[in-house]
Amino acid sequence: MRYSPELAAIRFGCGLSPIVPPPRSVSDLLAGLTGPDEMARTYPIEPFDRFQDRMIDLAALWKAHRKANGREAKGTLRDRIDATRNQARRDASVWFAHTLMRWTDTRTGLHERLAFFWADHFTARGKNGAIRFSGLPYVEQAIRPNMTGYFSDLLISVTTHPLMLQYLDQAYSVGPDSPIARKRPGRGLNENLAREVLELHTMGVDGAYTQDDIRALAELFAGLSFDWAGGFRYRADFAQPGGETVLGQVYGGAQASLSPVLEFLRDLSVHPDTARHIARKLVVHFVSDRPDPDLVAHVARRYRESDGHLLTVYGALLEHPAAWQPALMNVKPPADFVASACRALHLRPKMLDLDRPGRLRRRIGRPLTGMGQRWMEPDGPDGWPEEDAAWVTPQGLASRISWAMTRPRQLVGDLPDPRRFQWDALGSYAPASVRFAAQAAETRAEGVGLILASPTFQRR
Amino acid sequence: MTPDLTRRGFLTRSALVGCSAAASPLLTRVSFAAAPWDTRLVVIILRGGMDALDVVRPLGDPDYAKARTGLLRREDTVIDLDGFYALHPGLQPLLPLWRAGELGAVQAVATPYRDKRSHFDGQDLLEAGSMGLGDVAGGWLNRALGQVPGASARTGFALGHGEMKLLAGETSVTDWYPDTALSLSPQAALLAEQMMAEDPLFHGAYAQAMALMGDGQEGGAGMDDPTKGKRRPPEHVNIASYAAEQLRGEARVVGFSLNGWDTHRAQTKGLTRALKRLSQTILTLKRELGAPVWGKTVVLAMTEFGRTVRQNGTGGTDHGTGGALLFAGGAVRGGQVLGDWLGLQESALLDRRDLMPTADLRAYVAGVLQGVAGLDRTTLERTVFPGLDMSGPTGLLL
Repeated sequence: MRYSPELAAIRFGCGLSPIVPPPRSVSDLLAGLTGPDEMARTYPIEPFDRFQDRMIDLAALWKAHRKANGREAKGTLRDRIDATRNQARRDASVWFAHTLMRWTDTRTGLHERLAFFWADHFTARGKNGAIRFSGLPYVEQAIRPNMTGYFSDLLISVTTHPLMLQYLDQAYSVGPDSPIARKRPGRGLNENLAREVLELHTMGVDGAYTQDDIRALAELFAGLSFDWAGGFRYRADFAQPGGETVLGQVYGGAQASLSPVLEFLRDLSVHPDTARHIARKLVVHFVSDRPDPDLVAHVARRYRESDGHLLTVYGALLEHPAAWQPALMNVKPPADFVASACRALHLRPKMLDLDRPGRLRRRIGRPLTGMGQRWMEPDGPDGWPEEDAAWVTPQGLASRISWAMTRPRQLVGDLPDPRRFQWDALGSYAPASVRFAAQAAETRAEGVGLILASPTFQRR
Repeated sequence: MTPDLTRRGFLTRSALVGCSAAASPLLTRVSFAAAPWDTRLVVIILRGGMDALDVVRPLGDPDYAKARTGLLRREDTVIDLDGFYALHPGLQPLLPLWRAGELGAVQAVATPYRDKRSHFDGQDLLEAGSMGLGDVAGGWLNRALGQVPGASARTGFALGHGEMKLLAGETSVTDWYPDTALSLSPQAALLAEQMMAEDPLFHGAYAQAMALMGDGQEGGAGMDDPTKGKRRPPEHVNIASYAAEQLRGEARVVGFSLNGWDTHRAQTKGLTRALKRLSQTILTLKRELGAPVWGKTVVLAMTEFGRTVRQNGTGGTDHGTGGALLFAGGAVRGGQVLGDWLGLQESALLDRRDLMPTADLRAYVAGVLQGVAGLDRTTLERTVFPGLDMSGPTGLLL
């Protein structure tokens, strides 16, 4: 069980590519994570603070709409509101396409994999209106630049992010004794974010916290808010006066401010339960649903020793022999399946027809829904399932096979010869049954489809 | 990867032309633009290599029966066509068409493809219409459409899930893909089954999916349409109905594929099923086009190659060379099997195994295009089928 370039690309990257060579070594794998973000530059995705401008425009339009007199004036404003929203939808489709292109072209597949991993770990969604289209801008700004430093920075970045504050209802949570609660009786705490930060983002559901900790943390969090003009905003008038005891420590005091919140998040980020939870989740995501206990322990130990320095943590995962078990294990979630297929097919941007978002929706968006993963719209803050069995359902598999058989041709037009494509997609991993299918299929589309539909390609 | 990235990009872009909204079967056509000509052409690509010698059986040849003892079943009724050839029982439903002069075949024809006997390359050349692979961009039917003034994107339709390089190229055509959940050709289903069988998790889900979708082995997957809650007709019938609907309107050229012809094993079953689909397809076209339009229609069914003269060791046949072109419709001169016959004695075979092609398949197709779309010989020999010599006889059309 030792390093293999092919396995590195399949298990820790975006899959094999007919163009981009797999990483030569673990240090090669890690090196790209800290260099310039080539893919972000080549295939840009709007950062969230620019997306916010759209929300400011929309707020102004709605305000004008409320004040406008007469059907005609209201109608004109309504049209502008719709146009702004539709533009956001179209742009989101381009960002989706750029995500696929990053998977296709990257030399640092682990970078894109980590972006998916952390985006899912810190799931946040816009609830209604144009903000629904801000998922990728959120990942681009709050997550992507923070994936190789300390976990505390990543945790702070997402926990104070407008999209997260909106998604987990923090923005309007106010301390029961806060100035605003005294003025407006009925307003009070919302524990949603506090709970999910402990349960999902840090310590894990079996971590050593109690409901009292959640309650205290919700009080500590009161004040985390945002507005579209300025983005994140700490509102002292929302804050609960006095210190809060969370996990046995007192945070804050007489003066309501953001710094005790950040202090708590830093402490939380190096909590042993957090180390264990993050280590386990990384191993489950990258290696196996039934993780090797030694591997989890090793990664967790390096996490603790480095105070949650993520690059060190990834290194710990990659240096352990159990990470290199040669048999392919985890089933790719649908988006990873499709994106890695795009890589194997060497998709080019023009093939995505970016000026016709309907095509992308039909060829990738809707099929993903059929496979069980509506793009950027997981059902809850726990994100997408990790278990293989959640994806390999009759309808999910039928949709995958169907996609593999029909969509590659629509996407790339001129399909490769299946006998070569099995190498592009699977390298030496192609089992005899796939090699046979590649030459026995009656058409190119079926040959390519069977290779992509094979359990071998769907696992990593 | 492909060294020729420019061509690849070009093909891709062109292949994607055709507006999906316009192609939606749910939309009502609002205007009938004047079509450039009146005759309808349907080109069916039989993917996998149809065994011409089993479909149009040269029973009058003394060497035929002994080469195929296992493929000629005693219980089969002999459907004599002309005293020499007999029809495969799977095409029995089309016998009335033969009698009415609406069905015929050309035996022992091939594209210029030789030697390697690869499905993918063979199909590529069949659809490119050139002498060699990579000689030209796009498919011959696309280039033919490009030669006709007044052809719009609604003149040519490429239908179905499969690739139709035949219609890909510079000229805009309409692409439509039936919105089916899972439909595998019998061969793909078999290969998928073999792959899935190695992985219990996948195999379980796959088996259930196939059961839910209906029997993919029989006439293409008939499956439940969740939107309607009742069984839909098989995909090939859907496609034929949709093709007929388009051809009654503005469309003049439709291309689609029928898979399932790669009969390496258990050919008597496999070919019967494939021929059943072909019969259903042609009968659906005839029925749904209605007599007046059917009378102006030419259906050509062609395949990348024929199969070995002698049956193999698994009740089937392997990849060969010389094959057959089937033609049907109210506008053809049916009731005849065309083509020169050299016999099946070993010395007459190609590489002592394949039916020797006696004519270029493209010549017959070119003759049809000449009659249907009024293309002249120079255009056909230089642009549509580069390198073709049309001096031989054709004569498929009335």
